[in-house]
Amino acid sequence: MTEQAAAGKLKSKFSDSILDVVEYRGETTVIAKKEDVVAICTFLKKDLGFNFLTDLCGVDCLGASPRFQVVYHMQNLTTKERLRLKVLVEESDPKVATVSTIWGTANWHERECWDLVGITFDGHPDLRRILMADDWVGHPLRKDYPLQGPDREPYQGRLS
Amino acid sequence: MATTETMTINMGPQHPSTHGVLQLVLELDGEVVRKAVPHIGFLHRGTEKLSEYRTYHQVIPLTDRLDYLAPMSNNLGYVLAAEKLFGISDAIPERAKTIRVIMAELTRLKSHLVWLATHALDIGAMTVFLYCFREREAVMDIYEKVSGARMTSNYMRIGGLAADLPAGVEQDIRKFIDAMPDNIDTYEGLLTGNKIWQKRTIGVGVINAEDAIDIGLTGPALRGSGVDWDLRRDDPYCGYEDYDFKIPVGEKGDTFDRYKVRLIEMREACKIVKQALDRLKPGPVIADLPKVCLPPKKDVVNTIEALIHQFKLISEGAKPEAGEVYVGIEAPKGELGYYLVSDGSAHPFRMKIRPPSFVNLQALPQMVEGRMIADVVATIGTLDIVLGEIDR
Repeated sequence: MTEQAAAGKLKSKFSDSILDVVEYRGETTVIAKKEDVVAICTFLKKDLGFNFLTDLCGVDCLGASPRFQVVYHMQNLTTKERLRLKVLVEESDPKVATVSTIWGTANWHERECWDLVGITFDGHPDLRRILMADDWVGHPLRKDYPLQGPDREPYQGRLS
Repeated sequence: MATTETMTINMGPQHPSTHGVLQLVLELDGEVVRKAVPHIGFLHRGTEKLSEYRTYHQVIPLTDRLDYLAPMSNNLGYVLAAEKLFGISDAIPERAKTIRVIMAELTRLKSHLVWLATHALDIGAMTVFLYCFREREAVMDIYEKVSGARMTSNYMRIGGLAADLPAGVEQDIRKFIDAMPDNIDTYEGLLTGNKIWQKRTIGVGVINAEDAIDIGLTGPALRGSGVDWDLRRDDPYCGYEDYDFKIPVGEKGDTFDRYKVRLIEMREACKIVKQALDRLKPGPVIADLPKVCLPPKKDVVNTIEALIHQFKLISEGAKPEAGEVYVGIEAPKGELGYYLVSDGSAHPFRMKIRPPSFVNLQALPQMVEGRMIADVVATIGTLDIVLGEIDR
């Protein structure tokens, strides 16, 4: 089974939630609505064999609507396929259901995503900051967060 | 009626066995760990944020500072991802690919040497530490000759390498590789049959295959649990599919198994370097794609076209089309992944690093809870974490 076949199966099973399937440089990306993310991920793991969640991260597309994306990279250790799942998250309701019940490894990734991008994961067992200090205000990887940090003069030198 | 209370203590961030700035908050019942909570982020430098303000070429030196014990592996993962994003993966010259393999495997040796040195030192075997650092020094010298720096190598480039191997370094590498198996025998002689070593490692920090996959372990930590998975074979890059090497796998998933897996990996790395040296042919070390790849220095100082390209690439940067890629490589510590998103500009729109240590450390609580506090030290050592890439 190829990545496209997996995406096709996903599309027929969740026809309402899958918005698009994109192929780029040989990688398959499935774009989905966030409401069904737990059902989709459970199906991906249990029925399609994507037993390994490689990575999970948030992307801030400031100016676009919806503003945020949560990106899941997963892999099937038997067939060696990789798949990228992307769910879209509105700025007005930056919340996604946790997948840490499906893949234990998602726990820290989701904490990091909350810490740096500011997306809340509903049902997460321990949603604390992980890289920034506990009392930090703001989410540094958001595009409207200044590089030099809040309340500081912009850096006058050359960055690039 | 006597009652006992648990005691909460801090281990780190300035404890010598926490390998950097890891803080563990341990809840102890006597000497038994009831709960372990890792606190990380003390070394956070915002690498991902910084990369959004730099051109694709300028990100390479940032990657050196992630896993600073294996800088060239970080370089390699990043440039492979950037090359995929630019769509130039097929244009990489053969010689560049082979040198990348040589340096990646030397890096694996270097990283594993530090792992063995510090792991053994933590458990109380001081001699191994000194021997391992002696050999690591040889790799450092090779690093210095090749890239000009001992740690922050900044050697790989998008499309190839910064420079060809300098004269004489091939002999140095051969000499080092030829001597290495005997050195590994020495380490094994000091440790493998050593009763103290066995008592400190066998049955310590056990994690089974199913849990290891669930928690996302990769690299030797995953293979130690009996999962036969190595990206060099299962998702090959840089032509690894053409090399002949074995992938060691453990059985019980304890500290001793991971120790054996890493030692065999070191022997296999020597074999790979040898094969790569044998097939090294003269040729260019950077792709001839002046819109993306920096032209060789000798062209920049001799031709006006190369000078202009260099100027444009440095001042404006190369612009890939909008898109996104993920590339994972088998770094010494596990799967090192780079997820690059481009919006068509000269800067990465988003760069997410998937550091193996970050994910591997997550398994620590379940490996130490219910065990003695001394096993925490052994378990941190066996996970082979580096805080530079955990905190980024």
